[in-house]
Formats: sequence, structure tokens, C-alpha cells
Amino acid sequence: MRWLGRARAWWLLLAVLLADLVSIGCSRHTVQAHLEAPFPKRLSEWQLFTATSPRLTPNDRVVPYDLNTPLFSDYASKYRFVWMPAGTSADYRVDGPFEFPLGTVLAKTFTFRKDGSTDERLIETRLLVHAKSGWVALPYIWDDAQREATLQLVPDPVAIKFTDEAGKIHAFNYVIPNANECHECHDNQKVLLPIGPKARNLNKAYAYSSGSENQLEHWARVGYLRGLPEPESRPRIAEWTDLNASVAERARAYLDNNCAHCHQPGGQAGYTGVDFRWTQTDLAHMGLCKSPNSAGEVGALRYDVVPGHPEQSILIYRLESTAPKVSMPALGRDVVHVEGVRLLREWISSMSGSCGANSL
Amino acid sequence: MNRFYFWLTAAAMVMALGMTACVKRAPEDFQKNLQEKLIAAKPGEVIDLPEGKFHLDRSISLTVNGVTIRGKGMDKTVLSFAGQKTGAQGVLVKANDFVIEDVGIEDTAGDALTIQGGTNITVRRVRTEWTRGPNEANGPYGIYPVEVKNLLLEDSVAKGAADAGIYVGQSENVVIRRNRSEFNVDGYEIENSENVDAYDNVATHNAGGIGVFNLPNLPRQGGKHVRVFHNQMVDNNTPNFAPTSLGPIHYLPTGTGMYVMAIRDVEVFNNRIQNNNTVNIYIINYKTGVDEDSLRDTAASPITQQIFAPDDKRFYPFVQNVYLHDNEISGGGHSPDGRIKGVKMLADAVGGKLPDVLYDGVVDPAWGRKGKNSGQVCLQRNGAAGFLNFDVAGEMKHPVKDIKQYDCALSALEAVAIPQLPASATAGAN
Repeated sequence: MRWLGRARAWWLLLAVLLADLVSIGCSRHTVQAHLEAPFPKRLSEWQLFTATSPRLTPNDRVVPYDLNTPLFSDYASKYRFVWMPAGTSADYRVDGPFEFPLGTVLAKTFTFRKDGSTDERLIETRLLVHAKSGWVALPYIWDDAQREATLQLVPDPVAIKFTDEAGKIHAFNYVIPNANECHECHDNQKVLLPIGPKARNLNKAYAYSSGSENQLEHWARVGYLRGLPEPESRPRIAEWTDLNASVAERARAYLDNNCAHCHQPGGQAGYTGVDFRWTQTDLAHMGLCKSPNSAGEVGALRYDVVPGHPEQSILIYRLESTAPKVSMPALGRDVVHVEGVRLLREWISSMSGSCGANSL
Repeated sequence: MNRFYFWLTAAAMVMALGMTACVKRAPEDFQKNLQEKLIAAKPGEVIDLPEGKFHLDRSISLTVNGVTIRGKGMDKTVLSFAGQKTGAQGVLVKANDFVIEDVGIEDTAGDALTIQGGTNITVRRVRTEWTRGPNEANGPYGIYPVEVKNLLLEDSVAKGAADAGIYVGQSENVVIRRNRSEFNVDGYEIENSENVDAYDNVATHNAGGIGVFNLPNLPRQGGKHVRVFHNQMVDNNTPNFAPTSLGPIHYLPTGTGMYVMAIRDVEVFNNRIQNNNTVNIYIINYKTGVDEDSLRDTAASPITQQIFAPDDKRFYPFVQNVYLHDNEISGGGHSPDGRIKGVKMLADAVGGKLPDVLYDGVVDPAWGRKGKNSGQVCLQRNGAAGFLNFDVAGEMKHPVKDIKQYDCALSALEAVAIPQLPASATAGAN
């Protein structure tokens, strides 16, 4: 009996050890949270993706998402994913970004078409990680083999050349922001925050592998979102390409996601007094007949927005430029977004009134 | 023969070495290394920059607190941004307890050195320059700290800025001393800032020497308590080259030694203010200083009134409590800038030349009449400086030339204390 008991104890121990090993084995295939520096040098260490080719395949509980109106990034395609530690969830916010739990990883991957092909080339994956010290921005740059991306605080620019659907050739140097420059857009009141994942941006259907579902509802259903209100009280921003929406709505959605991260109180360009947030409904605060008070180069133009006159509006002038002192946004745009500018031109053209002295 | 070849080879080698030393260092490497160091820096770290001219084509930035960037000298360690491709400035700093010294920053696309926010900032022996000289395409500002607290800006040189060579905006507790600013549109601008001492500086060959003022529609309002002493504001007659796009600075009259606009509690003493062709000192209300055309546009437009009315509530356009004493003021106003409508009108009205000190005489009606000088603009012991209150409010109908009406004293302003300077080192007791 005694021997048997002992043997049983050994077996038990062995079983426990085996179970541990199995669970360790399993944990190698789940997303790894990193709450403080040093952060992994290789993207693969996060275990966010199970495959990178032919497309990024998210790991378990890594949820893809999309925005109604995204930031323009040199015509790059962008693939966004969110992951939160098991048992945690974000708190819903009606206006700003959600309150994400510690350990949250937001991953945005930038791709361009390969030259002469419709295949895509992975360029970079930017992680925003909610670490113990606050949000941290980590740029990972993909290798030529497209197997691994490495953390590079100061990435080199990448030469891009591709032909779009319309047959237009795009060739330019794609400048990847360095780790400091992440703050340029993401800081508000000197605190680095996510920009995209807000209720109004996420409030849209997404084609999940399980079928189409509203993103907010999906997040709530999988346990990623707490406090989601009833559908009628959820804000929703227009899709900038949605022809069913008014030009003004589309233009303002565009400004919200391309300009408002800086141009809002507390943002990098808060001092300009221009506020492009979707929640700002007074055109007066969006540059209408407002003289610029910043030092940017504005040609011979006088006002940010001149109703009926896109060609006299500094807003358009700066969006149509790629010169360092002129172009807006100041970071992350190396080519002109022709379609975006067209929309804003249309919006300004549709405005009535004037800014001149004769209007008295 | 052999010996000849030996020497030839030796000479060639020396030349090659020399050329290697002269050729700009591999740009990306230096830029990338420096940026990496700045990102990975730990508080307390000193980043030493070697001697040499280094080419950068992208802004570099620092956000770590407590870092010192130290070169080998403003002419020996040169960061050249000629042909800059991206970024709105050369060096961008957003950090506390920051020191930059012994570095030259040249030919940036926008501002040369921007320090945005932060407490305890020291800029020492830094040179910012646009090497082609005055040009409207130069960047607006050379040394540009904004929204900082406790700033020491000393022994630096600024040249060629299309707005101000040395600018301090929306800041508090500031000492600007022993700097040289030349061939800029404005030598120094002290804008919307409180508790500022500017002394032992030189402003020469700019369009304007030193400006002390407040502007509306900036987050920080109510700049005041500025002492400007022991400076030289001499021969600021370089034609204003600010493009219209930079706004009101385009209308700064060429040949302005110093201007004080829309601010209170300013003490100007022991300065040498000479040979500035429009006026040696210009003391004015905001509306006198800002371009009439744009003022009329913005004031007349109902839309603008609607936009700015709420913002303007914090802004106070009057100039008040300005004490000018013991300055050497002479030789100003000999050929006023006729480009500026108001200046031309005034000059024409008084016979072509302007006196050394011009005051627009605009006072807040709410002050009532405290004698004839309710704005408390006081002038004492400024040599033979000529004076004119040109009575803007009264449409120049009652100009006052008699300087004695402004012979009054105001109490001396206190010296500015900052942690970088022990109290005993703070100069300028009256």
C-alpha cells in the first residue's frame, strides 16, 4: 500500500508537470502582454498573428477593426487589430477614445501594393501598448522576406512604387514616423492616447469571419467593451466616401480623422484656435474667415477657409502641398490625397457668405 | 623622380584625408544615431555631439526629461538642415530640465530650435542661422521656446529668421541675456509672457530690434512684467523681409529699435537705442500696431466678430505702466518706412522725420482721467530723445510733443528669479 501510494503520488506529480508543460506550450501561442520596457525587439514575440502571408491572420482574441473614416496615409492600406488581456475590457466613452485596460495592444499594419502586382507588401506595424507607464508607441518594420518585423525607434524611409486601380503610378519615399514623432499626433495634454478607436469611428458593420456585425456590438459581445449604450445613443461619424451622406458631413468626418488629432484643445495645434473635431459644430471654430496665427507658410492667402473659394482657403493650399513648411498634416503625408482634397474643395465651394470688409 | 612621386602621393593622401574631413558626414547615419540616442536617453544623460558639420534632412526631437545636448561650439558642431525634407522645424524639444549648448543649427525649413512646453530650460551658446542671409523663404523663428517656465537663454546668436531670431512666447520666468540677434526681421520677440528680464543683448541689422507685446487668440494671455535693460538696439534698418503669410510681422516698420504693444508693466532702462530709421521706441495699442487693412477686414466682418468675440474677451489691447529711463536714445526716425501706411501718414504730418520715441496715446476709457497720462507711460533721463504722442484716438488732432508731460517715475520692477541662476547672479538692480 505504502509503495502504491508513493507511486500514485509520483504519477500525480508527473501528470501535473505534463499539464503544466502543455499549458506552457499553449501559452506560447497566445498573445503575450508586455507591460513595461524592454519591449520585444521582434513583432512575432507578441504573438498577435498566426500567419503573415498571404495576409495577416490574427491570433485568438485578436479582433480586427475598421473606422468609418480613416486617416489618409499615402494611400497605404491599413489593417487594425485590438487585443486585451483575458478578463479585461474597455470602458465605453461617448466622445474620446475608449478607456482601455492595462495590457491592451492596438496594432496597425501599413501595406502598399507591390510594384506591378496587386499583392501587398507589409511595410510597418505600429503598436500602441497600454503599459504600466501609460500608452507606448512601438514601430515595427517588416523585413523584405515579409516574415518578421523588428522594433526600430528611428526607421528609415521606404521607397514605394505601385500602380493603383485607375492605372496611376505612385512613386515616392514613404517616411515612417520615429518613436518620438508618434507623440506629434497621439499626444493630448502631453499624454499619449489612441486616436482611432472611438465610438463614432467604430460604429459600423464589419465582415468578421463569423459574419457581419456592428463593431461596437461585437466588442461588447466578446467582452472587449463595457457600458455600451442603446444603439440610438451611439454617435456615428460619416464615411468620407459615402455618397449618401452630405458633403458637409463627409468633409467634417475627414477633418475629424485627418486633422483633429492636433487641431483640438490640448492637441499639438490647439494653440491655433482651430478645432476640427466632429463634435465641433460651429464653423467659426473650423477656420471660417479666420486668419492663421501659426507660423506655417500660407502663400499670399489670408483665411483658413473662405466660403465659396477653396482656391483662397489656406486649408486647401496646405493639403495640396508636400513642401515641409506648407504641407498638412505636418507628419505622415508624403503625397497629396487627391480625393480627400476634392471633397474639401466641394465642401468649401458649397458655403455661402464672404470674409471681406465689404460684407459690413 | 621617386621622391617626387612620394610627395605627390603623400599630398594626394593628405588632400583625400582633408576632403573626407570636409565632406558632410554620411547624413542618415548621424541623423539616425542622434535621433536614436535622443529617444533612448535617460534623465540626467548628456548627449555629446562631436565637432563637424552634419547634414540632416529631417526634424529631430527629444521628449525625455533631464537631458543635455552638448556640442563643441556654435561654430564647431553644426547641424545643417539645408534641403530638409520633412518636419516643421530642425530640433524639437518637449521636455523638462533641458539644456542645449554649444551647437549651431543652420538652414532649417521652418523654425530652427523649437522648445514647446517644459520647465527649467537652458539654451546656451546656440547659433541659429539661415546662411543665405535675409530671405522671405527662411524659417520664421531661430530660437523658439514657447509655453515654458523658467527659461535661461544666453550667449546665443540668431541670424536670418523671417520672423524673430530669438522668440519667447507664452512663457513665464525668463532670462534672456548676452545674446546677439541680427539680420532677422525681428531681433527679439517677447510675446504673451510674464516675468521676463532681457539684458546685455545686442539687436542690430534687423528690421526691428526688440518687441515686447501681447497678441489675442493665443491660449496664454496677459503677458506683463518685462524688464529690458543694458541692451543695444542699434541700426535695425534691414528691410523687412517677412512674407505676408507670416501675418502682422510683415507690417513691422523697417527701422524700429524697440516696440511695446498691448502690455503692462514694462521697464526699459540703461539701453542704447540708436539710429533706427523709423523710430527708436514705439509704444502702442494693439490696434495701432496691427496692419490696418487686416484689422478693418476682421473688425468689419460680422462672421469674424462672432468668431473672435468670445476669444477676445481675455485680450487687453492697451499699453500701460511703461517706464523708460536712463536710456541713451538718439539718431532715430531719419527715414521712416513709407511702406507702412500709418507710419507714412504720421511722417508726412510731422515733416518727414519721426522723433525717437513715439506713443500713440491710446488709453482705456475706463481708466478715467488720471491727469494727462492715464496710461502711465513715463520717461525720465533719456538724454535728448525727441518725443511725440501722436494721438491716435483723437485722429492726430491733439499731438503732444512736450516730453515733460510724461516725466514721471514708476516703481522699479523686481528682478526675475529662475532656478538656473543663483539670486546673486541676477543682474540689473536699478
